[in-house]
Amino acid sequence: MAILDELRRRFGDAIVETDEHRGDLTAVVARDALLAVLAHCRHEAALAFDVLMDLTAVDYQKFPGREDGPRFEVVYHLYSIARNHRLRLKVRVDEDDAHVPTAMTLWPIANWLEREVWDMFGVRFDGHPDLRRLLLYEEFVGHPLRKDYPINRRQPLIGPAS
Amino acid sequence: MAQTTRREFMLGEGSGTGGGPQNLHVGVGPAHPAMHGIIRIVTELDGETLVKADVEIGYLHRAFEKDCEQGGWNNAIPFTDRLNYVSPLINNFGYASAVEKLLDIDVTERCKYIRVIMSEISRICDHLTCVGASAMELGAFTVFLYMIKAREFLWELVEDVTGARLTISYGRVGGVKADLPEGFADKTLHAFKQTREVLDEVHRLLTGNRIFMDRMVGVGALSREETVGYAITGPLLRAVGVPYDVRRAQPYYVYDRLEFEIPTQKDGDNYSRYLVRMAEMEQSMRIAEQALAAIPSGPINVDFEGRPIDPAAYVDRGKQGKTEGLLLIPITLSPNLQGQQRAAYGRVNVEDKRVVLPPKETAYGSIEGLMNHFMLIMEGYGIRPPAGEAYFPVEGANGELGFYVVSDGSDRPYRVRCRPPCLPPLAALHRMIVGEMVADMIPTFGSVNMIGGELDR
Repeated sequence: MAILDELRRRFGDAIVETDEHRGDLTAVVARDALLAVLAHCRHEAALAFDVLMDLTAVDYQKFPGREDGPRFEVVYHLYSIARNHRLRLKVRVDEDDAHVPTAMTLWPIANWLEREVWDMFGVRFDGHPDLRRLLLYEEFVGHPLRKDYPINRRQPLIGPAS
Repeated sequence: MAQTTRREFMLGEGSGTGGGPQNLHVGVGPAHPAMHGIIRIVTELDGETLVKADVEIGYLHRAFEKDCEQGGWNNAIPFTDRLNYVSPLINNFGYASAVEKLLDIDVTERCKYIRVIMSEISRICDHLTCVGASAMELGAFTVFLYMIKAREFLWELVEDVTGARLTISYGRVGGVKADLPEGFADKTLHAFKQTREVLDEVHRLLTGNRIFMDRMVGVGALSREETVGYAITGPLLRAVGVPYDVRRAQPYYVYDRLEFEIPTQKDGDNYSRYLVRMAEMEQSMRIAEQALAAIPSGPINVDFEGRPIDPAAYVDRGKQGKTEGLLLIPITLSPNLQGQQRAAYGRVNVEDKRVVLPPKETAYGSIEGLMNHFMLIMEGYGIRPPAGEAYFPVEGANGELGFYVVSDGSDRPYRVRCRPPCLPPLAALHRMIVGEMVADMIPTFGSVNMIGGELDR
């Protein structure tokens, strides 16, 4: 596809992998180049991805065949209103090095979406000014969408200190 | 941490100590009637003007995405009901379509039309609730009652089709639970006629109403750039003049064959959102009417000249030995749930034994059917999409509702992510309310149409 070719041509080795599956375009980006690629997608007139539709992560710890690879994939779903096309960008990070640069300067919605990813997966976003939990509460222990978080784990009771 | 949370409820720090004018901190919600129960806005007021607002969400979080990973692919359907509980059918279909995309299967024509019709009915219900509730919060209780009355007409249709009003669990991977009941088209047209009367009344009550306009025009406005930057879709995006609608931009089901307009406004304030929603309800009825007129009957029993043939007549002919040239059609056993008889079931579900449960007559009446049933239900078996991932967007009532599903090739979803259309407007809510009067927070919050089930998941 034209978009993936263009990204590969421009960023070379920083585009680790590209894939077209069921009509969805996917590019895996190296973390060092992530901000440059995102900014390019946002500002380049031929791409014009002005909407960050979704930002989430996937924990590949228990995915058959990927147990030893980088644990997390942070997934960006981009959409362009003017061009009416979509792109999925992914960046892989290890568990002990789980941080990616924030995309808040490009899309303000990244603020809350990144907070949610931090909340659910414990992936940090460098440069995020206010990386609080979004859906859970501050006293919550752990990050529940990680695959090693059992669904029936109890959390310590909290309440006003007596 | 708990310390700061409690302090926010106290009157402005140092108040009454003679330190000059100071801003007042007020916590609105989560138990505030106009917060619809479940969000909290920590506000800072200078007199009656909002100078700062922090929106806190998560009070209705119930681990939707984690729960989806625990059962089979179809087990997530009831959870999706509870996302947007005002228009649960759209969530059902959105999730089912994402899994179908992963499986690379195409549902039957009739099923596509049914999904379109039910989605549009749900969309009207959602808009009715939103407009009615926000009018009520401005004191127009009559409008609320009228709107809820109209919603009742439509929910009766939903009840006819799905057997439930709210937690409908009607979508299935590969189709829907059951075919439409008899006489559904006539009932729908009648309900639309009544709904149109209500909308007409509401138009006369609200659209030019001085009080209503004073509270809505120019209030809660968001610029086009910010709306796009905050990834807001749906009526709020169309209210700033961007005609983006998934149904038109990337048509799914049969939306490309139906005629409809995308209503837009320019100003992006609460009044524009109201006008967009009112116009969209009419368009939704138009879509559903066209779909009802065009819905195909789907694959049914036909004789060798291609004429449809009644199952009973089929059996009679078989008894007389006149079977030459006829396809072998098993007799229809007693009906179970209406619309789930074998013939009807086949019309709305794909013929893929790896995905769709056999109709009950087959499951109880033949060993193959029983085995097929168990192969989809037993622990460790079930639908097994190939490893991979897919994102499927549909136009929910509040904007783009996307499901991102990841499969590892097993019978359980590896990851289900719901892109909630409610979250972006809430992330931008502080931009809409800061700088305005504290009382204007209520209509603005109403116009966003926050649905907690989907926002907090």
